[in-house]
Amino acid sequence: MDLLTELAILVLAAFVGFEVISKVPNTLHTPLMSATNAIHGIVLLGAILVIGPATGFLNDFLLVIAIAFGTINVVGGFLVTDRMLGMFKTRPAKPTPVTSASEAERKPDPSEAVASAKRETGDEK
Amino acid sequence: MSRLDAVNLLYIVGFALFIVGLRMVRGPRTAVNGNLIAAVGMGIALVATLIDPRIGDWVLIVIGVAIGTAIGIPAARNVKMTAMPQMVALFNGVGGGAVALISLVEFRESLDLPLESLIPIVFAAIIGSISFWGSNIAFSKLQELKWAKRRFPARPLTLINIGLAAVVLVLAVTIVAGADAEILFWLLLLAAGVLGITAVLPIGGADMPVVISTLNAFTGLSAAAAGIALDNTALIVAGMLVGASGSLLTKQMAEAMNRSIGNVFFGGFGATAGAIATADDGVDRTVRSTSAADVAIQLSYARLVVVVPGYGMAVAQAQRAVADLAGELEKRGVEVLYAIHPVAGRMPGHMNVLLAEADVPYDKLKEMDDINGEFARTDVALIIGANDVTNPAARTVADSPIYGMPILDVDKASSVVVLKRSMASGFAGIDNPLFYDEKTSMLFGDAKASVADIASEVHAL
Repeated sequence: MDLLTELAILVLAAFVGFEVISKVPNTLHTPLMSATNAIHGIVLLGAILVIGPATGFLNDFLLVIAIAFGTINVVGGFLVTDRMLGMFKTRPAKPTPVTSASEAERKPDPSEAVASAKRETGDEK
Repeated sequence: MSRLDAVNLLYIVGFALFIVGLRMVRGPRTAVNGNLIAAVGMGIALVATLIDPRIGDWVLIVIGVAIGTAIGIPAARNVKMTAMPQMVALFNGVGGGAVALISLVEFRESLDLPLESLIPIVFAAIIGSISFWGSNIAFSKLQELKWAKRRFPARPLTLINIGLAAVVLVLAVTIVAGADAEILFWLLLLAAGVLGITAVLPIGGADMPVVISTLNAFTGLSAAAAGIALDNTALIVAGMLVGASGSLLTKQMAEAMNRSIGNVFFGGFGATAGAIATADDGVDRTVRSTSAADVAIQLSYARLVVVVPGYGMAVAQAQRAVADLAGELEKRGVEVLYAIHPVAGRMPGHMNVLLAEADVPYDKLKEMDDINGEFARTDVALIIGANDVTNPAARTVADSPIYGMPILDVDKASSVVVLKRSMASGFAGIDNPLFYDEKTSMLFGDAKASVADIASEVHAL
């Protein structure tokens, strides 16, 4: 692909990036940062593409580290974001105003059951 | 359609999902699914790469991915909610490190690179290296590793930074101008790495969210540059998406903390704080300390108690104790609300995450603008390890470094109880006149122990 096409893509992606964020509530700053953090784990692809043609022990060694780094970025990034967002999950609108012990028994809305179950497995560590 | 076309088509699907996913993370209701959609996009992009005809060295790829998975999954699963910020820093750092390594190999592999590859490679190497080492310092600071806890002088380091930036620039220009010596590239990575370290070292823990967000945007930019060098659209789009959205997010975060990005990176806070601490000599500086039993009585006979959590609660892991205390009080018919300052703790949203973990109902967490009107009818404001976000000096003392920062108006409550470890000042290093107010009483000690004591006293009443 020629350089000018790539630059065009680059500039358009920048504008999309600005648009996508616009105004974010304060409480979501950290999860959003964490989500974008996971997305730049895309560098994993770069490392995988380069390792095939690469020659010599040192190059291969450096790229295995790069692949490991990229994998940590992707896997860790998305998992941590999911755990963080699990904490923000919509709770039932009107909880019974009694003790915190009863909170644990509140059932999540069925439509959220999947995400919520995910949250529980993630958190109990 | 050739196999390469299929790869590129899948890349388009992948980055479209990134955009949709990010958009959804912006809203609290759709955020969880947004993250999942972005993850699916990543999966598709990864599959696309694996069917790329140029792929080789499968064993090494599997080894790398296996190592990364073995480290990444347990790290992300086991990290405590309080340690989330530094985990994000670490994940961001390794991303930058990967970019730096890829650029190094690209440089070593091919002699006589055309400029349109060489320039992005050099750029990616610099930014990736800064991001890797800077993020590691941010991690060390937030993790409160011993060596990172001491204060580093901002001014001499700023001079060193300018020097290092000049060195990096000279090396970059020399390499781009055609000096094809590998040693120069190693030196470039080294100089950029040291710059990353010295730039982050003098920055205080309270500003770390802004730093991490900046480095996050940096890693995105470096990934985009690597994408241009490798002719890979997925890297270009995803990297630039993060670079742009990360920059904007950094700006918004800094605004929420009433700080400018320049201010964060080039100090100034530490320099004025010393003057302020001694400035208000006219104030009566006696504090009234109290006991858990007294606080228990005060709370039990209140109608409305507003809990103001801060970093102290996070450090002491007191969120469950706080939820238990609230439970005891609610049993007695006391209304308990939580006042969440946008930057309480070390990350925006930090307190929400912790309290949600302790099963505090979401609707009891009030944002600053909603709760400030309530303080006038509040009987007791219970401050747990928060300091700067309650400092009335932000409203009244025009030359205070935090003047103009929106704060929680706890001083409007009928009485204030402050749980605090000692009289040390907050991150900003500024004295808090609230502590000397005559309606304020202080309960010194570890937040978790203090809250548990109060809860058992309430229970015994």
